[in-house]
Amino acid sequence: MEQRWGLPLIAWPSRLRPNLWDLVALPLVLGALALVAWGGMKMGARYEVGESLPMSLDPWRLPEYALRTVLRMAASLVVSLAFSFPYAALAAKSRQAEKILIPVLDILQSVPVLGFLSITVTGFIALFPGRLLGVECAAIFAIFTSQAWNMTFSLYQSFRTVPVELVEAARMYHLSPWQRFWRLEVPHGVPPLIWNMMMSVSAGWFFVVASEAITVSGQTILLPGVGSYIATAIAERDLAAIGYALLIMLIVILLYDQLLFRPLLAWSRKFRGDADSEEYDVRPWFLLVMQRARLFDLLQSGVLALNRALDRAITAMSWRRSPAYDTGPASPAMIRFFDLALLGVASAAVVWLFAFVREQVSGDEIGWVFLLGALTALRIIVLIVIASLIWVPVGVWIGLRPQLAERVQPVVQFLAAFPANLVFPAVVVLILKFELNPEIWLSPLMILGTQWYILFNVIAGTTALPTELKLVASNLGLRRWLWWRRVIWPAIFPAYVTGAVTAAGGSWNASIVAEVVQWGNTTLQATGIGAYITEYTAAGDPARIALGIGVLCLYVLVFNRLLWHRLYELAAERLRLD
Amino acid sequence: MSLVAERVTTSSTAAAPPLRAIAVSKTYRTPDHIGRLVLENIDFTLHEGEIVAVLGKSGAGKSTFLRILAGLLPPSLGHVEYRGQPITGPVRGIAMVFQSFALFPWLTVLGNVELGLEAQGVSAAERRRRAVEAIDIIGLDGFESAYPKELSGGMQQRVSFARALVVNPDILLLDEPFSQLDVLTAETLRNDLLDLWVERRIPTKGILIVSHNIEEAVDMADRILIFSSDPGGISAELTVRLPHPRSPDSPAFRQIVDQVYTLLTTVPGRDGRRGVKPEPIGVGYRLPDAPVQQLSALVEKLTEEPYNGRADLPHLADEENLTTDELLPLLELLQLLGLANVSGGDIELTGAGRRYAEADMLSRKQIFAEALLKNVPLAVHIRRVLDERPGHRAPAARFLRELEDHLSEEEAERVLDTVINWGRHAEIFAYDDDDRVLSLENF
Repeated sequence: MEQRWGLPLIAWPSRLRPNLWDLVALPLVLGALALVAWGGMKMGARYEVGESLPMSLDPWRLPEYALRTVLRMAASLVVSLAFSFPYAALAAKSRQAEKILIPVLDILQSVPVLGFLSITVTGFIALFPGRLLGVECAAIFAIFTSQAWNMTFSLYQSFRTVPVELVEAARMYHLSPWQRFWRLEVPHGVPPLIWNMMMSVSAGWFFVVASEAITVSGQTILLPGVGSYIATAIAERDLAAIGYALLIMLIVILLYDQLLFRPLLAWSRKFRGDADSEEYDVRPWFLLVMQRARLFDLLQSGVLALNRALDRAITAMSWRRSPAYDTGPASPAMIRFFDLALLGVASAAVVWLFAFVREQVSGDEIGWVFLLGALTALRIIVLIVIASLIWVPVGVWIGLRPQLAERVQPVVQFLAAFPANLVFPAVVVLILKFELNPEIWLSPLMILGTQWYILFNVIAGTTALPTELKLVASNLGLRRWLWWRRVIWPAIFPAYVTGAVTAAGGSWNASIVAEVVQWGNTTLQATGIGAYITEYTAAGDPARIALGIGVLCLYVLVFNRLLWHRLYELAAERLRLD
Repeated sequence: MSLVAERVTTSSTAAAPPLRAIAVSKTYRTPDHIGRLVLENIDFTLHEGEIVAVLGKSGAGKSTFLRILAGLLPPSLGHVEYRGQPITGPVRGIAMVFQSFALFPWLTVLGNVELGLEAQGVSAAERRRRAVEAIDIIGLDGFESAYPKELSGGMQQRVSFARALVVNPDILLLDEPFSQLDVLTAETLRNDLLDLWVERRIPTKGILIVSHNIEEAVDMADRILIFSSDPGGISAELTVRLPHPRSPDSPAFRQIVDQVYTLLTTVPGRDGRRGVKPEPIGVGYRLPDAPVQQLSALVEKLTEEPYNGRADLPHLADEENLTTDELLPLLELLQLLGLANVSGGDIELTGAGRRYAEADMLSRKQIFAEALLKNVPLAVHIRRVLDERPGHRAPAARFLRELEDHLSEEEAERVLDTVINWGRHAEIFAYDDDDRVLSLENF
C-alpha cells in the first residue's frame, strides 16, 4: 500500500530515518526558512515617513524584488488562513455570532480591496513608528482583504455541511470538541478550501502589484517589490523594464503552481468521500518528494503530537467532561433582545457614517457619485456581454474537444492568475498612439484579468456534459441554432453564471485601478466611480473615500441580490445535470 | 430451551437492565412554534442478552427513538437509563452502527477503527493491538491501510462494525445497517455478526436493531417491536423463540413472518385492531410514498394466476421482488383508495380493484381520480381550493404551510409531492414545476 498518495494521518515514528528524498527536501525547507528570515529582517528595517525608498530598474534586481513580493503574498495567505479558521468556526457554531459575522463578511466581500488600503495605512504606520513594518503590514493587509473572505466563506459552508451521521459518529465515539474540529470538520473543509485558496492567490497577484505603491497623506511610498518596480517603470516610461517584470511574474506564478497548488490539490483529494476516477490519480512530482522524504513525516508527526498535547491540555482544563446533549437554542426572549440590539448598533453605524459624509459633501455630489456608479455599472454590463459573446462559443468549441480542453485548462487558469494590471501600460501606449477615447478604451482593462473566469467555467461546463446527451442530440439531428438553445446553453448555464459572477465581481474591484491609468506624466481618466475613489485616495479625503466606497459596495450588493442571486437560483433549480 | 431464556438466567444478577426508556416522548418544534409529536409515551426495556428489532413504516420515528436511546437526542418528556444511570449524552458502553456507514473518508480503515479508542485516551500500542484484533474478527485483515472509498459498501459497513466493536460495547445500536447493501452481502454480514454474538466472541450484552426488512428482523431478533406512526409508539410486540441459526424456510419462521406482516399492515387506525374499519384520515395524513405505475402493475399481477385476486403477503413480496419498504406504501394506498383489503397477512382485491385491473388506461385514470376524490382528504382539499379560486390557480407553498402544521418540513414536502403526482396522473389538477403553482388549466 506504499503507492497511496496522501500524507498518512497516522505517522509511523519508528520509520523516521532520513532517505534519499530528503536530499531534495532538506535544501528546499532550509531555503524557505532562510528566505522567511531574510524577508522578516528586510521588513523590519528602519524607516520614517517622508523618506523615499530607492527603486532601481536594473533587471538583475528583479529576482530580489520578486522575492519580497512573494513573501508578502505568502504572509497574507498565512494571515488569511489564521483569520478564516476561527471566524468560520465561530460563525458555524454559534447562532448569535452567525447573525453578525456572516452579513459582515458579505459586506467585506463587496468592499473594493484597494479601499481598505487607503483607510488603514495610517493606522498601521502609527503601530510601528520608525519602521518599514507598518507600511509592509498595510500592504499585506490589503492583499489579505483580497484573499480572506472567500476562503472564510468556503470553510463556513463546509463546517455547516458536515454530514449529520459523521457528526453523530463523532459524538457516539466521544471525540472531544477539539478532536471533532480537527479530525472531522477541518478535513471535511479541506478540498473546497484549497480551491478557494487558489482563487484567492490569483486575486492576490493583482492586488499585490497595486498595493506596493501606497499613498500616505499625499505622498507615495514604494515598497520594494515587483509592483513598485512597475510603478517606477511607468513613471519613467520604460517599456523594456515592464517586459522584464512580466517575465518574472510568469516564472513566479509557475513556481507557485508547481510547488504549492498542484501538490496541495492532489493531496486534498484524499479528503473527499467519493471515489476518484483513475485519470486524476497522478501525483505531481513535488508531492512525491514531500511524501517520500522522511523530513516531512517528522514534521507531520510533530504537528500531530502538538495537536494531541493541546487536546489533552484542553481536556484537562475543562473540569467537567461528562457527556452532554448538544445544547439547544437560547430562549426566544434572549434571541429577540439580541436581534434588537444588533439592529440598533447597525442603524447607529449607518447614521453616523451618513452624518460624517454629509458634513463635508453636498447632496448634489452624493447624487453625482451614484451616477458615477451607474456609469461604471453600465461599463461592466457591456463588458460582460461582449466577453460572453466571445468566450462562450470559444469555450464550447474547446470543451467539445476533451483532449484540447485538457491542454487549454491550465493555460486559462494561469491567465486568470496573471495580474492584468501589468499589461495596463501597454494599453495606455496604444491609446495614446492612436488617440483613442479613454472613456471607451480604458474600459476593457476592467475585464482584462477577469474574463478568463467565463472561459474557464464554460469549458468546464461543456466537458461535464454527459456523452449520452451529446449522442442523443446528434441522433435527433438537432441543427445549429436549436442545438445551442436546447442542448448546450442549458447545459453550461450554471457554470456560465458562476464564471460571470466571478468576472463581474473582479471587474468592480478592478475599476479602481482601471479607470485612472498613468504613463509617465500622462494621465488617462474615464468617468466612473473607480476614478472618483482613486482621485480622492490620492488627495487623502476620508469623507469622499468613504462615500465612494460606500456607494460602490451598495451597487455590488444590489447587483448580487437582484441579478446574480436569482440567476444562481434559476441555475440550481432547473438546469442541474445531476 | 431457547437461547434467550438461558442468557437471561445467567445474567440475572445485574439489578438494572442494560437499557431502559421510561415514558419517552419527543416533540419537534415547527416553524410556527406548534409542537409536533413524533414519539409518544414509549416504555421500553432492553434485557440482558437479547436482540430486539424495531420494525415500522418509514417516518414512524424509529431512528429518532434509537438516537434518544443512544444519547444523541434528548427526549422531550420521560428519560432513558443505561444500567440504572440516566443518559444525558452519548455513553461509554453504547456503540452505534449507522445506515450510511459514517466512516471518515480521510482516515484509513485502521484510522477509523482506532478513532474511538484514541478519543478514550488509549495508548498508541494498545490502540493498534485492539484495532488489528477487531479488524481481524470482522474479516477485514489485509485492508488496514485502505481508505473507505476503495472498499465496496459491504466492506465499508464491516469497518463500521469493527469501529463499534473495538470499544467493547456493552450495547450495540444498529440503525438499518444492512439497508444500503445488496441482498447477498447483507445476509453474509448479518450471519457473521450473529455468529460472533451466538459464540460470544464479543462482550456485547444487548443489541437493538432498527430495520425495514421483515425477514432480517425475524432472522436476528429475540423480540420484535412494531412501531406505529403519527405519533410513533410501540403498537405491538412479538417474541421469537427460535434457536440460532434460523432457517428462513422452516414453517415456524414463515409463521412469524406472516404474523409480522399482519401486524404491520393493520393500519391505519392507531390502535391497529384487526377487522375494524379504519378511522377516517385528515388533510395532514402522512400519505404513503407509492408511485402510481407500481400500483397498477401490482393490481394487474394480483388478478393473474396464481393469485386470482388474493395473495399471501410474504409470498407476494418474495415472488414480485418487493422489499418491505416498497410493499407497505403500496398496500396502504390500495387500502386508502378502497381497491384492496389487507388483513391477516393477506391481500384481497375489492370489486373496485377488479374493475380497475380490467379497465383500459383511460378508464383506470377515471377510477383512480374518483377514488382519490372520495378517499384522500388532501386531494379533495386541493381540488376544492382550486375550484373556488377565481383564476383556478394556487401556489403549492400554500398547501405546504398547511401540511407543516401536521408534519415535519421534509415529510410535508414529500406528502405534497406525492399527492401532486397522483393528482397529475388522475388529471384532477395540473402543476407547473417552474412556478410551483397548482391549477385547473387545460381541463
